Amino acid sequence: MSSFSGAVTLAVDAPVAVTASGTFSLIWLLIGLPLIGAVILLVGGRRTNAFGHWLGVLASAASFVVAAVLFFAMLAQPLDGRTQRQHLFDWISVGTFKVPADLRLDQLSMTFVLLITGVGTLIHLYSVGYMSHDRDRRKFFGYLNLFVASMLLLVLADNYLLLYVGWEGVGLASYLLIGFWYFKETAAVASKKAFIVNRVGDVGLSLAVMLMFVTFGSVTFDGVLARASQASESQLTWIGLALLLAACGKSAQFPLQSWLLDAMAGPTPVSALIHAATMVTAGVYLIVRSNAIFDAAPTAQTAVIVIGAITLLMGAVIGCAKDDIKKALAGSTMSQIGYMVLAAGLGPVGYAFAIFHLVVHGFFKADMFLGAGSVMHGMNDQVNMRRYGALRTVMVATWLTFGAGYLAIMGIPPFAGFFSKDNIIEAAFSRGILVGLVTVVGAGVTAFYMSRLFVMTFHSTKRWTEDVHPHESPMIMVVPIAILALLSAIGGLVLNWNNAIVSWLEPVTGFQEPELAVSKLGMEGISLVVVLAGAALGWMLYDRRPVPEMAPAGNLLTRAARADLYGDAVNEAVFMRPGQYLTRWLVWFDNRVVDGAVNGVAATIGGLSGRARRLQTGFTRSYALSMLGGAALVAIALVLVRL
Amino acid sequence: MNPNNYLYLSAVLFSIGAVGVLVRRNAIVVFMCIELMLNASNLAFVSFARVWGNLDGQVIAFFVMVVAAAEVVIGLAIVMTIFRTRRSASVDEANLLKY
Repeated sequence: MSSFSGAVTLAVDAPVAVTASGTFSLIWLLIGLPLIGAVILLVGGRRTNAFGHWLGVLASAASFVVAAVLFFAMLAQPLDGRTQRQHLFDWISVGTFKVPADLRLDQLSMTFVLLITGVGTLIHLYSVGYMSHDRDRRKFFGYLNLFVASMLLLVLADNYLLLYVGWEGVGLASYLLIGFWYFKETAAVASKKAFIVNRVGDVGLSLAVMLMFVTFGSVTFDGVLARASQASESQLTWIGLALLLAACGKSAQFPLQSWLLDAMAGPTPVSALIHAATMVTAGVYLIVRSNAIFDAAPTAQTAVIVIGAITLLMGAVIGCAKDDIKKALAGSTMSQIGYMVLAAGLGPVGYAFAIFHLVVHGFFKADMFLGAGSVMHGMNDQVNMRRYGALRTVMVATWLTFGAGYLAIMGIPPFAGFFSKDNIIEAAFSRGILVGLVTVVGAGVTAFYMSRLFVMTFHSTKRWTEDVHPHESPMIMVVPIAILALLSAIGGLVLNWNNAIVSWLEPVTGFQEPELAVSKLGMEGISLVVVLAGAALGWMLYDRRPVPEMAPAGNLLTRAARADLYGDAVNEAVFMRPGQYLTRWLVWFDNRVVDGAVNGVAATIGGLSGRARRLQTGFTRSYALSMLGGAALVAIALVLVRL
Repeated sequence: MNPNNYLYLSAVLFSIGAVGVLVRRNAIVVFMCIELMLNASNLAFVSFARVWGNLDGQVIAFFVMVVAAAEVVIGLAIVMTIFRTRRSASVDEANLLKY
């Protein structure tokens, strides 16, 4: 950090975008390639079964190559030429409301593009092996490509409406992939749950877009963010809170966290790509991208910090109690995204660190999810860690690579998490002692539950069921994990070298050196001690003592954490039951009151008509009499009027 | 001659016709009573035409005659049909079209 000491740069004016030309006119290909892949695989149907998976890998890899080319082209640009805009077509043009379909490639979206295509390609490769026995493998790759294209659209969009398209696209892909094994009831239910909870968040995003249009008359990044200072603070606060709601839905933050744990019913590569590395971090992207709004709305920023802190602790507590390896990792994902959201709420002190942690989390969490998939692959798809144990003896490669991710997430130097998490802890302490303490405690709990998971899976004693014969996974699965493990090991060091990632992102997010009461080294020391204490506790409890094969009853907190801290129960009591009662009452009202009125009118008229019908006697002479009487009445009336 | 007398005659004929329609059951007789009422009104029309020195009443009387002729054609046909199917021309017995 020394190079930045004293240098305080607040969020600068958004850099002026340059119209993309030359190499940068390839930006559309980033989205186009996986989209073409998805279209071919999903429209081509069974004819593409034979080569479909390799086509999917190729589309993703080609997108990564384009991303790499663009990255080096961007490095060659001067600082003020790095924000590139490519105009695709005029999308909406109604009166003064104009939304062009523009793509924007700057340092922030470039970082995401590299993460999505890079990790995405590795997971595509892994899936070739993992899904090799699935008869719908081609469809799986079609959905994965669709996801990659949507996610790239999300991060490359130059206005909030186009971002919304990508936002919904990843939601759709997530729904399709969680429910990929739709014949399993848990998967089918989980996909619906994820879709519905995400809709709640989407209401926030659409409200934010509408508020932006009302306030600024525009929904483009330039039109909104550059003019944020012209709006009043209350307007910006409402926009910020709406954006936060959107981020909560997509990133599984409190109070919309309940879908993520159930989403683990999907195939493991999906959990790694969508529900750990990329899609669930879209909320963090949204907040960091909208930094100008949050910088000018301190109330919204405080809300972001509070949400991040709550989720950080919730996720960590849940992670401690789960026996399902994927659910424990999902709790950890919630918790780590809580870190990122908290950092993003800190303002210019934290934006760059949030993205830094997001990137390395993408590495180590994808690494560990793929590792978990590899373990499940060898254990007949069992997920109960109480029936694992001592797997290091038979799955050496998985053990080593998972170990790299384990050390990275705990933040043991020099593994990746150390640099990113430590930066966030420092930034949090510069905001306030309470926020700082939450992050340190979270780091300690993280170390405990990750040690628990690691020990129960790879160390301790064998507790296998009799029908399993654990074996190492094929090369095509091990190689992607190994690459991710390498990135987890050295990624943080490389990205933090000379503050590379901070100075790279600074033109977009701004940066401010955190002010610390203690020296940086002291800070790192304190958090390292807490982490080691947590890890030691985990090893003592689960390595030294035998792990029971049946889960013990546990204390109050453990039972609560096993039930996801009653998130579902609260949702059911607060939203679902009242809604159900309201519906029932409405049905009753409809049946009795509305239908009663309509049917009553009909019955009355019917009854009167029945009486009136009796006048039609079929007796001709009575008709003649009534005609005569009528005619006489008319005649009398005429005479009376005349007089 | 006083035109009022023609009108009295017209009223008497109309009343006889009306009472005949109401009290008689034989369709043919009812039919003839209707003709009587039509002709009573014709007489009234012509008398008024004479009183006011205006041809309109006479023209209307011709129209009524034309309508009456057409009505006879259809009415007698219906009466014939009813008689053939039911062996009776009583209007009270042809009462199937009712509630």
